[in-house]
Amino acid sequence: MLTIENLHASIAGKEILKGINLTVGKGEVHAIMGPNGSGKSTLSNVLVGHPAYTVTEGSVTFCGKDLLAMAPEDRSHEGIFLSFQYPVEIPGVSMVNFMRTAVNEQRAYRGLQPLSANEFLKLMREKRALVGLDSKLANRSVNEGFSGGEKKRNEIYQMAMLEPLLSILDETDSGLDIDALRIVAEGVNKLHTRENSIIVITHYQRLLNYIHPDVVHVLYEGRIVKTAGPELALELEERGYDWIKEG
Amino acid sequence: MKSKEDNKDLRQLTEEKYKYGFTTDVATDIIERGLNEDVVRLISAKKGEPDWLLDFRLKAYRHWLTMTCPTWAHLTIPDIDFQAISYYADPRRKTDGPRSLDDIDPAVMKTFDKLGIPLEERLALSGGMAVDAVMDSVSVKTTFKERLKEKGIIFCSISEAVREYPDLVRQYLGSVVSYRDNFYAALNSAVFSDGSFVYIPKGVRCPMELSTYFRINAAGTGQFERTLIVADDDSYVSYLEGCTAPMRDENQLHAAIVEIIVLDRAEVKYSTVQNWYPGDAEGKGGVYNFVTKRGHCRGVNSKISWTQVETGSAITWKYPSCVLSGDNSVGEFYSVAVTNNYQQADTGTKMIHLGRNTRSTIISKGISAGHSSNAYRGLVRVGENADNARNYSQCDSLLLGDQCGAHTFPYMDIHNETAVVEHEATTSKISEDQLFYCNQRGIKTEDAIGLIVNGYAKEVLNKLPMEFAVEAQKLLSVSLEGAVG
Repeated sequence: MLTIENLHASIAGKEILKGINLTVGKGEVHAIMGPNGSGKSTLSNVLVGHPAYTVTEGSVTFCGKDLLAMAPEDRSHEGIFLSFQYPVEIPGVSMVNFMRTAVNEQRAYRGLQPLSANEFLKLMREKRALVGLDSKLANRSVNEGFSGGEKKRNEIYQMAMLEPLLSILDETDSGLDIDALRIVAEGVNKLHTRENSIIVITHYQRLLNYIHPDVVHVLYEGRIVKTAGPELALELEERGYDWIKEG
Repeated sequence: MKSKEDNKDLRQLTEEKYKYGFTTDVATDIIERGLNEDVVRLISAKKGEPDWLLDFRLKAYRHWLTMTCPTWAHLTIPDIDFQAISYYADPRRKTDGPRSLDDIDPAVMKTFDKLGIPLEERLALSGGMAVDAVMDSVSVKTTFKERLKEKGIIFCSISEAVREYPDLVRQYLGSVVSYRDNFYAALNSAVFSDGSFVYIPKGVRCPMELSTYFRINAAGTGQFERTLIVADDDSYVSYLEGCTAPMRDENQLHAAIVEIIVLDRAEVKYSTVQNWYPGDAEGKGGVYNFVTKRGHCRGVNSKISWTQVETGSAITWKYPSCVLSGDNSVGEFYSVAVTNNYQQADTGTKMIHLGRNTRSTIISKGISAGHSSNAYRGLVRVGENADNARNYSQCDSLLLGDQCGAHTFPYMDIHNETAVVEHEATTSKISEDQLFYCNQRGIKTEDAIGLIVNGYAKEVLNKLPMEFAVEAQKLLSVSLEGAVG
């Protein structure tokens, strides 16, 4: 589904990604771990097309298409979703309005008719129940006044509504207590099928107890320095990152 | 609903009237440019006005001669040559506008599409034909007028009101905005062309929004429009002015006056959606909209609510205000003012608390983009005898881009220690993070700005009557196209 080849990217003139190679197949769950500053967030931002980052070399193919040539909204329409580490608040814009615009723009891109008001509300209720989001939150402005945990849960809710092929979870576990973590992970697991893939970006093993990865990568100083199965995460938990840095 | 046949007849009818109008003596159609006492007399004579009204005009004109244009506003106004303006034009005269829909600028057509303007109105809006022809042929209008007549509601042009209800007009005209009030009020009082007259009798609740089907101002009367609304005891009316469609007018200066009088326990809701031609992207041309609007809450428990969505005009200069004389009277002002490119706005309100237990609410949302300048100017005055006055003001500014300006000039003039006056102000930008969040969800930037701006202006848009609110939302998005990037 996703093939990254020799990806170099920089921000404000400083090179952060120094040649990333990564392949994610359909239905797979990949974990990307690494110490602070290794480039984890840069990678996710580059994949979704954040304008602050410049790709200086390399290519990214998504479902056979050149991802880097697409505008951020088109990447979304093609099926890429990012669960932000720090979801922004948009006061005055209701979740309903926001999601309806997003869903209908996606449908328009795919040549489908927009959903009627009734159909849309039904979809919202369905997905809310699936991820366990309080109806109170769904009636508020986007992320306004949401706690950290509620914001993360809202990200997963949006993921449920947009049904992406590839979901990137950028440090979804940061700022969550055990219970919130479990609820968020449950939501993600429910949405995961053999047809879609997930990239989990995290520091800690904890989330991976709930969302089981097929493959674990370690990102260090802009490169993937180690790739292995899920046991790698456990090893990192025990030994930290130093042994990677030395090796 | 209009059928296809109606539309065909409409066009034929319009063209006939048009031709007919063209064969009359051209000399009587337009008065030469320039302003002097003879011009004022001529205007009054053409309208067949009674002496008292000619007198009113002349007094105003003579007073205007002693005044100079005020310069305290946060506006750069090029010198206006008052002798270069034509002060009277027969609304039925031939214009230089487009003759068919194909003649209309495709960009303008695109805007009409986005705003959902019906085809039959587009030609009129482009200055291509006399508007009253359009209005006269709309069969809906006749049934509408009948319903009003049944209730004793008067809704007609000021010119007609002067003929049919002179005593009523004479009693109230100039009682809220005196010709001495300001330079442009004096000018308007001397040369006003036409406008609406509304009278709601005692105990009557007007059953429909007035002006909904009269969205288009009569061509050529937008220049010096004069509106007078009187709500007698225990009555209610909601009046809509303007429309979302971009309005072209060869007359650059618009100096209107709107007066509202509300008696005991009555209420007037006055909503404006204004999209006069704002000038081009370089700031050339565009309408100057200098308006004096004032409402007098004369009666006890009376209420006036002003709601405005201002997106057009090169320069907007207006302060719809409320004088709260009656005890327990309420004044409200809700405004969204958008400026883009090189537009300028200096707008706000005055709430004058004179009676006891009066209340006022001010919610002003400014949106600046491009190289524009947007100023809120508001006055809350509480008189000595105005016990227990309450005011709440909220002035917010939203900046799009870094070349535009937003300014706030709140004045508080309080002479009674029992008054409670609250003021809040915020300034914000649409952050790139917010836009990117929307992008990542598949919402393109243009639509994201629309969502965010409408969310920002929601509190004000919610005060508009339903139909206007939907149009206003579209209008906000359209006005800010290309504003970010």
